[in-house]
Amino acid sequence: MASVTTPAWVPRKRRGAEFALTVLAVFIGIAAYASVGLGVEGTIPADTYKLGAALIVVAIATHLIVRRVAPYADPVLLPLVIALNGLGLAMIYRLDLGRQQINPDRAAFANSQLVWTALGVVAFAGILILVRDHRRLQSLTYTFGFAAIALLILPLLPHFGRTINGARIWVNFGPFSFQPGEAAKVCLAIFFAGYLVVKRDALALAGRRVLGIDLPRGRDLGPILAGWLISVGILVFQRDLGSSLLFFGLFVVMLYVATERPGWLIVGAGLFGIGAYFGYLAFGHVRVRFDAWLDPFSDPDANGQIINGLFGLAHGGVLGKGLGQGSPQLTPFSFSDFIAVSMGEELGLTGLMAILLIYGLIAERGLRIALTCRDAFGKLLAAGLAFSFALQVFVVVGGVTRLIPLTGLTTPFMAQGGSSVVMNWAIIGLLLRISDQTRRPAPEISSFESDEETQVVKLS
Amino acid sequence: MNRPIRNIAVACLVLFVALLLNINYVQFVQADSLNAKNGNKRVINEEFSRDRGAILVDGKPVAESVKASDEFKYQRRYPEDGLYAPLTGYFSYIFGRGGLENSQNRVLSGSDNRLFVNRVVDLVSNKKAKGGSVDLTIDPLAQKAAAEGLERLGKNTKGAVVALDPKTGAVLAMVSQPSYDPNLLASHDFTAVQKSWNSLTSDKDQPMINRGTQQTLPPGSTFKLVTAAAALENGVVDNIDDKIKAGALLKFPGIDYTLPNENGGNCGGDKITLERALNVSCNVAFGGLAGEIGQEKLAEQAAKFGFGTDPIDGIAANPSRFAAGDQTLEAPQLAQSGIGQFEVASTPLQMAMVAAGIANGGDVMKPYVVKTVRAPDLRVLDQTSPERLSQAMSGSNSAKLREMMISTVTNGTATSARIAGVDVGAKTGTAQSTPDRPPYAWFVSFAPAGNNPKVAVAVLVESSDTVRSEIAGGALAGPIARSVMEAVLGK
Repeated sequence: MASVTTPAWVPRKRRGAEFALTVLAVFIGIAAYASVGLGVEGTIPADTYKLGAALIVVAIATHLIVRRVAPYADPVLLPLVIALNGLGLAMIYRLDLGRQQINPDRAAFANSQLVWTALGVVAFAGILILVRDHRRLQSLTYTFGFAAIALLILPLLPHFGRTINGARIWVNFGPFSFQPGEAAKVCLAIFFAGYLVVKRDALALAGRRVLGIDLPRGRDLGPILAGWLISVGILVFQRDLGSSLLFFGLFVVMLYVATERPGWLIVGAGLFGIGAYFGYLAFGHVRVRFDAWLDPFSDPDANGQIINGLFGLAHGGVLGKGLGQGSPQLTPFSFSDFIAVSMGEELGLTGLMAILLIYGLIAERGLRIALTCRDAFGKLLAAGLAFSFALQVFVVVGGVTRLIPLTGLTTPFMAQGGSSVVMNWAIIGLLLRISDQTRRPAPEISSFESDEETQVVKLS
Repeated sequence: MNRPIRNIAVACLVLFVALLLNINYVQFVQADSLNAKNGNKRVINEEFSRDRGAILVDGKPVAESVKASDEFKYQRRYPEDGLYAPLTGYFSYIFGRGGLENSQNRVLSGSDNRLFVNRVVDLVSNKKAKGGSVDLTIDPLAQKAAAEGLERLGKNTKGAVVALDPKTGAVLAMVSQPSYDPNLLASHDFTAVQKSWNSLTSDKDQPMINRGTQQTLPPGSTFKLVTAAAALENGVVDNIDDKIKAGALLKFPGIDYTLPNENGGNCGGDKITLERALNVSCNVAFGGLAGEIGQEKLAEQAAKFGFGTDPIDGIAANPSRFAAGDQTLEAPQLAQSGIGQFEVASTPLQMAMVAAGIANGGDVMKPYVVKTVRAPDLRVLDQTSPERLSQAMSGSNSAKLREMMISTVTNGTATSARIAGVDVGAKTGTAQSTPDRPPYAWFVSFAPAGNNPKVAVAVLVESSDTVRSEIAGGALAGPIARSVMEAVLGK
């Protein structure tokens, strides 16, 4: 950081590359939709034009917004998201057809998912336009903290909350139901980042060395205990295993990044182990999930969903049945929690690996943004969001493919469900905003030149 | 803060590698075993949606798939209803497969490795995979004659007919009564299928059992053929004109038991020829012979005819037995075994093999029902070639036995099998079971007797509407055997 006057490297905007990738992503979505029609009904569905036009509008709109308000943003993230969103829409449409073949009264989800995608794009654009500098979010640290807790409590309130499939994590929102937990996740990430930026030195430096590990002081353990208790609280009252794991992982990892003390990871892992063991002992549904994971075939009636998912994956094999030609609709919740399995059945091992690589790339781009970000708040926020994204994909895909016990989480951008789609688009908006700030040349530096003696350069 | 972020990135990489490895494990390594699991609806649905190959008899399908307008696209159909059920088995969505539908499933469904090229071509040309077809050895006229013969004895008749080509072992007819209609189980109306299945499996007459290959019952006097073969092969009797001990009762020194003849009479003197003994089915004579031959050699002879083996591929069958386990028979038990009683139990298929072996110069051929297996494009994938199971007896001894069986038809107990202008050899049997149920009527025969035998038949009538006193192998089962032989010979 010797020479602040002449930036050694001026990032390129690469909006042209983004546009080319977006065209490819849109093509993937439209082609998937057309093959669903060919596979199920033998003709290209009339809706292809509707969906194709919608996808093109989404692509052009997001691309133009990024060009206008975040010209230096990462050029790869947006096309990756559009590809996933398009594939997810095609698969939800395909599952609508399949499920209605079994029972014509089954609800169709593709259209509402399209509406949610549009709302997601609105949220994405809103964040990019309204939040011109992500550092301004830092001043709202506690506001976001309270918002997160309020959102988490919302489903427990008598009139709003609804219990669906044993988990009380839904709120009625006019004709739609909404999972406030998804929004709470983003609020919590902002709260954690803002809090940790202030407290990181105290957390990092005051500590005791036990068995070669730097453990934090007891009184600094308060926040992590609070984070853990919130997640256990969610587990207890809402029976939402996935979210409690996600929030806890998010917090521990952000704490680790902020303090650079691996001790937090060990404390976190220990607390998670205790929590999981307690959950296993105390809650029947945790035990059921765990046993179903160990040996699903011991009780085929009770574990029908996971068994069906495995059958679907095996049915797809290496190359898949082809879109519209498998039977993913046989698996319960094939359109939401199990959509990765539906993809695996119809696109095969190869297709599912490609999808996982797209997810991996999104996480990788997020972490790269965190690495290159210049301010601590942005770094923490980007790292937290990227890690929670990766963790969410791992927990949900690992759950449905029987790598780990099944927990209820949505598959980002693909699964049917409005809150998930909207909030994930919002997360991408935040990441692009941070990335734009990061890669943008810093012209205002020159104003300090005349007053070199007093310059304070904060190095992160 | 960059070092922890890098570590987090590595952790994320580990998570994704774990996911990738796991789906490779599930979709590649475990796929086959998952696809083979019970209750895997996807595999069942796919099989049901395929153009499954036909099972053919003389070029006509006895099991075929026709287009259906429901979600499965194809419907399995059995045009002859129950006639071929013991062979084809069933093809059911809920209850899986039976019979040849099961054992030939890989070809019929098109998943056989030999059809790999066809599958690839279908894949490339975007066609649905088609199954191959299976040609049976059955002679449709013989099959009909056998079924009609059993039906003539009344609706409540239980029994089975098995006809073989003695020279090849090809099954020419295999009928079991009562039978069932596999169409009921192949229906896409699953509640109806469930109902049919329940009533079929709870039926005490067990219509889904193939009595031709699965039902082992005492073969009675038809087993005397095996005893006679053993006597000739082991030099206990050299010629069919040699006299052997007969009489009204077989006594065992020191044991309070005597073996009488069927109707308590004499066989025509204290000593009669072996031929005459067979003609009149003399229990005393054959019981005595069994004692002279000994358990070991008699059991050996039975094994040479196929007792103790599962003789046929592709359809459910039980082995026949000479004695239970390794038990050593007491003299009276050995004598009873020699006339096909005590623990001797045989399937109609086994007795048909005995007759066929005698007709074929002593060589017992391995029975088979699948003649050719063809790809969807009619290319022959597999053709069964006749295979010798064993040499049960020498050519000369088999000729002697044939002569005895011919005279049993001309002037013995088996006159009901006479066919004008053809030398027919036969042996009757009336096997006692328990006193509270009627005896089993057996009949085994072959025609023409000579160097070129065409057919060997075994008929078992387990029970029928006939009055008990009238039950005898010759009267009940003989005409059925005759009509089957006539059908094969084209008479």
